[in-house]
Amino acid sequence: MGSITLQDVRKAFGPHVVIPGANLQIEDGSFVVFVGASGCGKTTLLRMIAGLEDVTSGRIMIDGANVVDVPPARRGLSMVFQSYALYPHMSVRGNIAFGLKMAGLPRPEIDRKVDAAAAILNLTSYLDRKPRELSGGQRQRVAIGRAIVREPKAFLFDEPLSNLDAALRVQMRQEVTRLQRQLKTTAIYVTHDQVEAMTMADRIVVLNAGSIEQYGTPLELYERPANLFVAGFIGSPRMNMIERETEQHRGAATIGVRPEHMTVSRDGDGWSGTVRAAEHLGSDTFLYVDTPEIGSITVRCVGELGLGEGDSVRLRPDPTRIHRFDKSGTAIR
Amino acid sequence: MATQQARTLGRLMLSPTIILLFVWMIVPLAMTIYFSALNYNLLNPGMENFAGLDNYYYFLTDPAFLAAFRNTLVLVGSVLAITVVFGILIALLLDQPILGRNVVRLMVIGPFFIMPTVSALVWKNLLMHPVSGLFAWIATSLGLEPIDWFAEAPMFAIILIVSWQWLPFATLILLTALQSLDAEQREAAEMDGARSLSTFLYITLPHLARPITVVILIETIFLLSVFADIFVTTGGGPGLQTTNIAFLIYSQALMHYDVGTASAGGLVAVVVANILAFFLVRIVGRNLEA
Ligand SMILES: Nc1ncnc2c1ncn2[C@@H]1O[C@H](COP(=O)(O)OP(=O)(O)OP(=O)(O)O)[C@@H](O)[C@H]1O
Ligand SMILES: [Mg+2]
Repeated sequence: MGSITLQDVRKAFGPHVVIPGANLQIEDGSFVVFVGASGCGKTTLLRMIAGLEDVTSGRIMIDGANVVDVPPARRGLSMVFQSYALYPHMSVRGNIAFGLKMAGLPRPEIDRKVDAAAAILNLTSYLDRKPRELSGGQRQRVAIGRAIVREPKAFLFDEPLSNLDAALRVQMRQEVTRLQRQLKTTAIYVTHDQVEAMTMADRIVVLNAGSIEQYGTPLELYERPANLFVAGFIGSPRMNMIERETEQHRGAATIGVRPEHMTVSRDGDGWSGTVRAAEHLGSDTFLYVDTPEIGSITVRCVGELGLGEGDSVRLRPDPTRIHRFDKSGTAIR
Repeated sequence: MATQQARTLGRLMLSPTIILLFVWMIVPLAMTIYFSALNYNLLNPGMENFAGLDNYYYFLTDPAFLAAFRNTLVLVGSVLAITVVFGILIALLLDQPILGRNVVRLMVIGPFFIMPTVSALVWKNLLMHPVSGLFAWIATSLGLEPIDWFAEAPMFAIILIVSWQWLPFATLILLTALQSLDAEQREAAEMDGARSLSTFLYITLPHLARPITVVILIETIFLLSVFADIFVTTGGGPGLQTTNIAFLIYSQALMHYDVGTASAGGLVAVVVANILAFFLVRIVGRNLEA
């Protein structure tokens, strides 16, 4: 069991309000990712759930019980820190066993659980090493082992993969996801990497300056962004935002078209423009097109079209995939 | 990479300094060794003659030597224990966000800047004096008999004074080490359910192992040669109760005017210090590699 609910959770450091008021419902067993730009309050929110940071006001419920006055150890959560925070003078075994030892479990049971956790994480042959004798990925796995061995109600991850290189990150991403599916334990995962968010999450929380902009599945966020912020944040390259009035606006203040939802041709109808730069990736081509009508537009086409700098092109948006936003930036549905 | 030529030139340029340092060190040492092999008493000038190892024999078989050796160990050991234990406690306290922390820190460091002679005088005359001292006043106002520290517990009094001088040093080193402890590690322990005592035992103390080693090594070097405090307060007495090796050598040389035996004692002290350092480095120094 591990459902987590935030009710009007507010956080201020002195006069500086970091979280103006968050409401969130996390279901038991789901994988929720907090994503947002640096400094938007992801870590703060996570630490409040963990109990490492006091809540200024509001309630945090775990399985229906308000835990704001419960110390971290008794909330039944475990956390994987960005710096791993392994205990440097303890062996891998000691690190993983520490929580169980503090809980006063008998030795044989501790050993059994540590061995099981190590087996899941491929750490069995490293159990007697010290953290400094491990690679980054192995350290990361020890940190995860320390979290899973206590069989918590939920895992909290704070950018756990940001210290790893790109290839290892992809591998660990899959391992973490697989592990979470296998254990069916609620997980909250903080990242500013939207690829991580899109690939790992059951549901994503998009944060902006401490406010929750949207809470939904990755595809919901991609297909139906609730507002301009989410529309611009999810998807790479960024969605094209067109503010100058076109026949597509139909009363909207801004329309958005994703680069992959445009078709490009040398002639025909559509917005006309000139290619300012072209990036040929082989599988895709990114075109940066200057148009007199609607400004600078990014287009992503599959394959190689043989277009280059200076070519004049016509752009046609897919009419079913145009996002419309009103003056306040909220999506019009 | 320096070329061969540059390296040779470098050595050449350095050699005057090295030679000076070497002479600086070797001349007194050679003279001490030389004197230690002479019958050399200042009361009989011009009567020096070769004595072989007699001076060593006299120094080492002198019952005062064993007493001084024991006193040295007691003094060094006690001061180390007191400064490390209280150093850790005070450092933990100063690491807390208490009111006026900076002022308190400055005050804690204070004693380190006071000359041993001065602090010993202050302790002797203002604090521990059986008639006019602060402790005596406290004892009398509580209706107790004041303690004559230097007569009744002379070694304890010396240990107290020396510890007071070295506590700031230990505290300072341990405090800086505490501040370098990763906050996330403490939080991880907190999430793992460690109470403050367990956090201290399993996280903080292992983190402090290395600085504690440094404190012990450095303090030992200086504590082996404590002299001013003893000279000013007890003069090594009563009897031999507070005579350590350094003071014994002094009394040989300047109270008995026996330069030969004093030199032999000096060399014995060097050997003792080296043996002690060797074992300390072996025992605690292993921490340094970790
Ligand atoms: N102890 C603190 N005192 C004052 N302000 C703080 C404190 N901790 C965080 N903040 C502020 O709160 C805001 C949110 O910080 P937080 O660490 O939650 O950001 P984040 O979303 O995790 O960013 P990042 O992606 O860089 O880790 C920042 O503006 C930060 O300056
Ligand atoms: Mg953060």
